[in-house]
Amino acid sequence: MDFDFAAIHGALPFLWKGMLYTIELTLYAAIGGLFFGTLLALARLSPWRALSLAAAGYVNLMRSIPLVLVIFWFFFLVPVILQVAMGHERPPMIGAERTAIITFIMFEAAYFCEIMRAGIQSIPRGQVHAAQALGLTYSQCMRLVVLPQAFRNMLPVLLTQTIILFQDTSLVYVISATDFVGAAAKIAQRDGRLVEMYLFVAAVYFVICFTLSALVRRLQRRIAVIR
Amino acid sequence: MIEIENVSKWYGSFRVLTDCSTRVARGEVVVVCGPSGSGKSTLIKCVNALEPFQQGQIRLDGTPVRDPGTDLPRLRAKVGMVFQHFELFPHLSITRNLTLAQEKVLGRPADEARERGLRLLERVGLSAHRDKFPGQLSGGQQQRVAIARALSMDPVAMLFDEPTSALDPEMINEVLDVMVELAHEGMTMMVVTHEMGFARKVADRVIFMDEGRIVEDAGTEEFFGSPRSERAQHFLARILHH
Ligand SMILES: Nc1ncnc2c1ncn2[C@@H]1O[C@H](COP(=O)(O)OP(=O)(O)O)[C@@H](O)[C@H]1O
Ligand SMILES: [Mg+2]
Repeated sequence: MDFDFAAIHGALPFLWKGMLYTIELTLYAAIGGLFFGTLLALARLSPWRALSLAAAGYVNLMRSIPLVLVIFWFFFLVPVILQVAMGHERPPMIGAERTAIITFIMFEAAYFCEIMRAGIQSIPRGQVHAAQALGLTYSQCMRLVVLPQAFRNMLPVLLTQTIILFQDTSLVYVISATDFVGAAAKIAQRDGRLVEMYLFVAAVYFVICFTLSALVRRLQRRIAVIR
Repeated sequence: MIEIENVSKWYGSFRVLTDCSTRVARGEVVVVCGPSGSGKSTLIKCVNALEPFQQGQIRLDGTPVRDPGTDLPRLRAKVGMVFQHFELFPHLSITRNLTLAQEKVLGRPADEARERGLRLLERVGLSAHRDKFPGQLSGGQQQRVAIARALSMDPVAMLFDEPTSALDPEMINEVLDVMVELAHEGMTMMVVTHEMGFARKVADRVIFMDEGRIVEDAGTEEFFGSPRSERAQHFLARILHH
């Protein structure tokens, strides 16, 4: 079988656009997921039972359903939810790409929630007591003392989750969003160059993820030294 | 200054504190001692409502602690607290540890907070370490910073929960020296400690606790001279013969 590098070369601009979307989706999902995940973690740890049960229910639901299904559901549901929320007559057309961003933020929030919850629980009670004894309110204590330490302690895990997320974003292919894999699939179909395209895509994912994982391991060792 | 009236506290069905009553007058230094698990930490944490209690009342400078209308953060800001394990904020520099609550709780401008913090750091002899992080300091140094941090809030009273018991022996005195100085300056202090040398030197009264009760509450001379309860006698015999 002949392996045609030219097939890849010609497709690079289109693949690059796909990669940009993949990166964009990963960053949105990581930052949004961390933000909402932290709020969920605070809700789960709150003494108010209704709130903590609701948060736990959401997190467990998300973590028990395959991501592909969540993506499918949201693809159909998000326009309807937006329609109701904004009071429009017909579902707004927001496109697969934006639906995917919302979906991933909601899905990743469940995973980041569990990481941040573990991080918050790893902070000794004495730290909270010290903050309160100085007169800080609950929210100041969380914002200034507990969350920064939880985030720092969990940084390697958060980054590892982000690397997994980077790979998982390829699932948006099922709603025909043009991410890196989606772009490659379209070219592969058009030119009949499946082997070249999928090998190339796999190689790119491998290099990126392997490099990032190595960096996270180095970071982990440095954090261990500081502590 | 601190009035503790018939305080009782339960953890579930376990009664940690039983009818504890005592008072610490302005400028007075009171040492609290007793065997491990007798409720010393719990009692001192009830004073600034770090631990809730179910019965009785504590008044801090006249303000009832166990009252739904009391603004707890404001109340707590008025009393300094020093912990066994220092509890400096490890992600913040020493200077930031000293200024954070001054700015966020008292609303002091940054430069004023910094000036006040650094003056106190100088006072505990650690100016050279202002830009370091807590993890880079020895235990004794961290505890001195923790005392400076509490003082930066201009507290009307100071609570200490075994401030030297997590320290290596050679560091105990550097912390006790700071505390003795504070006592001589007239600070109102409630100190949980087993350092009987410190108690003899500066305490006005000694409280002995056992199984959640205040068993003995006497003047320092009287306590060391002739403890009334048998348990206190045993306790003293044990820790003084080391
Ligand atoms: N959070 C808690 N839950 C249940 N029991 C506790 C808790 N904290 C302390 N206790 C118990 O309360 C008792 C008094 O504890 P503490 O005040 O720390 O004693 P001390 O400081 O005198 O050593 C001990 O028997 C301890 O096991
Ligand atoms: Mg204790």
